[in-house]
Amino acid sequence: MGKTLFEKIWDSHTVVENHSSPSLLYIDRHLIHEVTSPQAFEGLRMNNRKVRRPDLTIATMDHNVPTNDRKLPILDETSAIQIKTLEKNCNDFGIKLFGMDSPNQGIVHVIGPQLGITLPGTTIVCGDSHTSTHGAFGALAFGIGTSEVEHVLATQTLWLQQPKSFEIRVEGKRANPFAVTAKDIILSIIKHIGTGGGTGTVIEYRGEGISDLSMEQRMTICNMSIEAGARAGLIAPDEKTFEYLRNREYTPKNFESLVDFWKDDLKTDTDSKFSKQFILKANEIAPQVSWGTNPGMTCDVTENVPSPDDFSKGDANQKKGAEKALEYMDLESGTPIQEIKIDRVFIGSCTNARLEDLIEASKVVKGNKVSQNVRAMVVPGSQLVKKQAEELGLDKIFIDANFEWREAGCSMCLGMNPDILSPGERCASTSNRNFEGRQGNGGRTHLVSPVMAAAAAIYGHFVDVRKLSLN
Amino acid sequence: MKPFVKTVSIITPLDKVNVDTDQIIPKQFLKLIQKSGFGKFLFFNWRYDENEQLKPDFVLNDSKYSNSEILVAGDNFGCGSSREHAVWALQDYGFKVIIAPSFADIFFSNCFKNGILPISLEQSMVEKLQSVSTNVEVDLENQTIKFNDELVSFNIDPHKKKILLEGLDDIAQTNHYEEKISEFEKNSKIPSVL
Repeated sequence: MGKTLFEKIWDSHTVVENHSSPSLLYIDRHLIHEVTSPQAFEGLRMNNRKVRRPDLTIATMDHNVPTNDRKLPILDETSAIQIKTLEKNCNDFGIKLFGMDSPNQGIVHVIGPQLGITLPGTTIVCGDSHTSTHGAFGALAFGIGTSEVEHVLATQTLWLQQPKSFEIRVEGKRANPFAVTAKDIILSIIKHIGTGGGTGTVIEYRGEGISDLSMEQRMTICNMSIEAGARAGLIAPDEKTFEYLRNREYTPKNFESLVDFWKDDLKTDTDSKFSKQFILKANEIAPQVSWGTNPGMTCDVTENVPSPDDFSKGDANQKKGAEKALEYMDLESGTPIQEIKIDRVFIGSCTNARLEDLIEASKVVKGNKVSQNVRAMVVPGSQLVKKQAEELGLDKIFIDANFEWREAGCSMCLGMNPDILSPGERCASTSNRNFEGRQGNGGRTHLVSPVMAAAAAIYGHFVDVRKLSLN
Repeated sequence: MKPFVKTVSIITPLDKVNVDTDQIIPKQFLKLIQKSGFGKFLFFNWRYDENEQLKPDFVLNDSKYSNSEILVAGDNFGCGSSREHAVWALQDYGFKVIIAPSFADIFFSNCFKNGILPISLEQSMVEKLQSVSTNVEVDLENQTIKFNDELVSFNIDPHKKKILLEGLDDIAQTNHYEEKISEFEKNSKIPSVL
């Protein structure tokens, strides 16, 4: 019997193979950031251990960097300590760091691909659950805890029980590719399979609805695999993948010979078997808006906030969860999504802060002004994205509309830096998690695509972007 | 790592599904650079009001559970962020065993690195345990949970069981495979980053 793409990458990386217990997997790329690494380096020091392969390890700071003027000192003392600690650790252990003043600094999952560090067929880990993003390139990429970060630093390997293969097939093309984005596809998938639907699996996204997407859109899809509970998500590489990676700053010199190998090898065999399957039709997907406190609590922009009974379909625990969510979100069942007024807009995060996201959002913003009651910000995913956007004049479009235009970082996706919601504030956000308090204690998050967020900023409430006429 | 062998304790019932790691330990506490001291921030937004006073209606604030070492929660426990701080907070607070119908993958694996035993049981058994008010014994060696007159067994991967029982250092274990790792590196086609 043939193998799935995931099984091929897995098999080609097992150093010690076990079936009923964890195998030892070799790691090709290890990405490091300031929040989940200090205790790992401390562990190495305590045991007098070295980093085995500094040449396969790359670091940046993203989670708690301020997004205002980089020349200003970091006011939050604990953030400053964490950033200094990463600088010291990289220096002591010989790891390449894209620091605060580097033109390559940015969200770790944005800079990996844009620098050509992310490669097809590789194993990639990082102490961050959204590492699944890199799966868009046909890599097996997943988040790990800090103890595992320490383990990879010391051994360049990881013990892992082999997950199962899960096929998610998106058939056909989207009816309106401007208004229905990759974000809407993945939110729609999570809405259907639930936040635990992918637990214990690696998802392979397949079908015309996926191959049709650009690389940046594919990253949005794979990024949120973890929100469906999957260990990783990946997409078989094709010409788009190779073209994206050509001539990047760290693209390997033998890239073309690798491409020849990848073309033959990195695809799911026709006679392979997935242990789970879910199929979705692209032309049935509408722009999505989350209404609750996990990404599965999502509906079409044209729908009303559901009742806990409708949402839970008879599951008592889910019903209780939905009741709590509505209470936290201060929403009544039956309220049309398009009547929900918002206070804040955040366009950013490893899900949706790449150049294409900003270009698409700017088309909605151009020639308009942010609604008087809304405070809106754009946080590019990396300094390079910021620079490229500025070369296209996007900064001017956003600033003219009264958006704040910031420096790169994770920012209000998780509110570890000063960019947070105040209690009770309601935000249209292009990020990945609408958990209670995620963007600030008491803050209320609605997950949407960049164009939906931009439109919400202009109108002060959610609107169906399919109905917009653009300037 | 401290080994885990057995515990006898009452159960803290946390009647919630999809408890995410943002709830277990909110982001403002992720800035510490050590592993200790996270217990006081566990479930921060559920435990404390805006004036940082204990909320009387949250289960952890009920004094009868103050010495409990077993947390029993709803489905998909530990979903979301990979932050191991969530496990450090549970451990520092005093929990040694977490029982739920299912766990998120990364959280589940983080538990074993810190001497915490996560156990998946059927929904109906989890609900039953949540209403047990007497002491419960969790015995890893025999893979059993004993309460009232009942004895329930649970599954665990033998490799993970050994690590917990002996409190083994993962890295030292892996170093036994040094030869195989070097061999793999010699044959790898993937170039260095730099």
